[in-house]
Amino acid sequence: MAFGAFATATTAAEPAARRKSPIALLLLLPGLFYLGLFFLVPLLSLVITSLQEPDPLIFGQYQNAFRWENYVTVLEQYWPQAVRSFGFAAVATLCALLIGFPLAYFIGITLRRWPLLQALALVLVIAPFFISFLLRTIAWKQIFSDEGPVVGFLQSLAILPPGVAITGSAFAVIFGLTYNFIPFMTLPIYTSLERLDLRYVEAGGDLYASPRSTFFRVTLPLAAPGIMSGTLLTFIPAAGDYINASREFLGSTDTAMIGNVIEANFLVLQNFPAAAALSLVLMAAILVLVSVYVKRSGTEDLL
Amino acid sequence: MRGFGKYAIWVYSAIALTFLMIPIVYTIVFSFNDSRRTNIVWRGFTLDNWLNVCEAQGVCQAFANSILIGVVATILATTLGTMIAIALVRYRFRFRSATTLLLFLPMATPEVVLGAGLAAQFLQAGVPKGIGTIILAHTMFCISFVVVTVRARVASLDPALEEAGRDLYGSPRAVFWRITFPLLLPGIIAAALLSFALSFDDFIITNFNRGADVTFPSYVYTAAARGIPAEANVIASGVFLLAIVLVVVSQVSAAARRRRLAKAS
Repeated sequence: MAFGAFATATTAAEPAARRKSPIALLLLLPGLFYLGLFFLVPLLSLVITSLQEPDPLIFGQYQNAFRWENYVTVLEQYWPQAVRSFGFAAVATLCALLIGFPLAYFIGITLRRWPLLQALALVLVIAPFFISFLLRTIAWKQIFSDEGPVVGFLQSLAILPPGVAITGSAFAVIFGLTYNFIPFMTLPIYTSLERLDLRYVEAGGDLYASPRSTFFRVTLPLAAPGIMSGTLLTFIPAAGDYINASREFLGSTDTAMIGNVIEANFLVLQNFPAAAALSLVLMAAILVLVSVYVKRSGTEDLL
Repeated sequence: MRGFGKYAIWVYSAIALTFLMIPIVYTIVFSFNDSRRTNIVWRGFTLDNWLNVCEAQGVCQAFANSILIGVVATILATTLGTMIAIALVRYRFRFRSATTLLLFLPMATPEVVLGAGLAAQFLQAGVPKGIGTIILAHTMFCISFVVVTVRARVASLDPALEEAGRDLYGSPRAVFWRITFPLLLPGIIAAALLSFALSFDDFIITNFNRGADVTFPSYVYTAAARGIPAEANVIASGVFLLAIVLVVVSQVSAAARRRRLAKAS
């Protein structure tokens, strides 16, 4: 299953002999050319756009320039949203890990003796992928709405004071992000735990390790590639997400993330240079974080 | 402690799985809601939404657009990605690490950056945005996922099978189409299904590159401001049920095949 995308190849054995042949180029070039044209060139377009200045003659048009101040301007204006994005994404990633790891352990190890139950549980984890992500988020919005069951219940227990809404709060946005990314966290961890040879765990017990230290010194290190992929698969899209934080969904203007600002600047305000500069800031920040995080593995392993 | 731990993980996982199901069940249940304009409060059971899906303005057009985009992008991405996957496993070539980096980066880039980048490019090149640009964008982000999926399958292929074909005087072409390709097919199908699912549910990249054309997710996004019609729930529920049936059938048949193989050996 490719949802374990980042985890699959870490242990896949490669056939030893790779041939050298011009066929390789024929196979590679069309796809790589495509990625060059529609992935690399767009990044270059972002760089060019991010340095543009307003056209002095035509309002709403931009012309090419080297206006580095654009970056300073957007950072000054939008640093709270940028910081919030990474904060929300980090908390959501942690929550998804706390829910996803035990779930992956349960499916990959506890349920091994019941293959049918295991397959069923796996289908349930994948199931959210098959129903529109926007509609799932709207469902949470309506469940948490002021007339909804959750607010009524919490108010009747006097946990939630009257007049306080759940939707539009940081809690709701992080909740939505966590929900949306649990499968992305669970599946790669499951992939590594599913392959885990239980004899290692038994060996830990045979060597008089407590269950706790067996878990921390055997199981957890063997699950590390999955945890790493799951964390990346959750953190990266969560930091750039703007659906959960959007006003029509679980957020409000107080919860806007960097994605919301990029969308608003590009599609509504048509301030293309600002949107482009923010996109590059986001990408650079993520690349730095990710490369620090995956230092020990390298991309060949990840892919 | 051990016994308690075993019991606890069952309960914990059952809660987590139930949690995952809540919005799905909610969406399906509200596809049967006898809603008039907004589908927020439960007003009673009806089949009208299912029988007259296209009643809600634009929803069927959006759905048809999504299917068209998904099919074309899937074909393109699966073809390009499968070729790359074969080359990566089977051949030696220069710039291998640059190639893997180029394949890895689109997966590590937030969608909002991919979307804004393509939109900036189309803007600079003066390309009008619409279904065509959506297809170009979807193909781009699906390629890497296809490579990852198919690559695992190529790597697990037993080279002895192809050697046997060559030993029996099969031409390279015959060996590829009669041995390699059929063996890769399950991986290619999995990759195509994944591509289609990614394309069909994509909103962020689409939103930056759709112009005035509407896909199913963008329809839902626009409708969210004024209330999503129950017909949207019908389409999403229909797609969901179809996908679940497909998954269950494939799981069951795979299990049956394993059992047959176990018996035969």
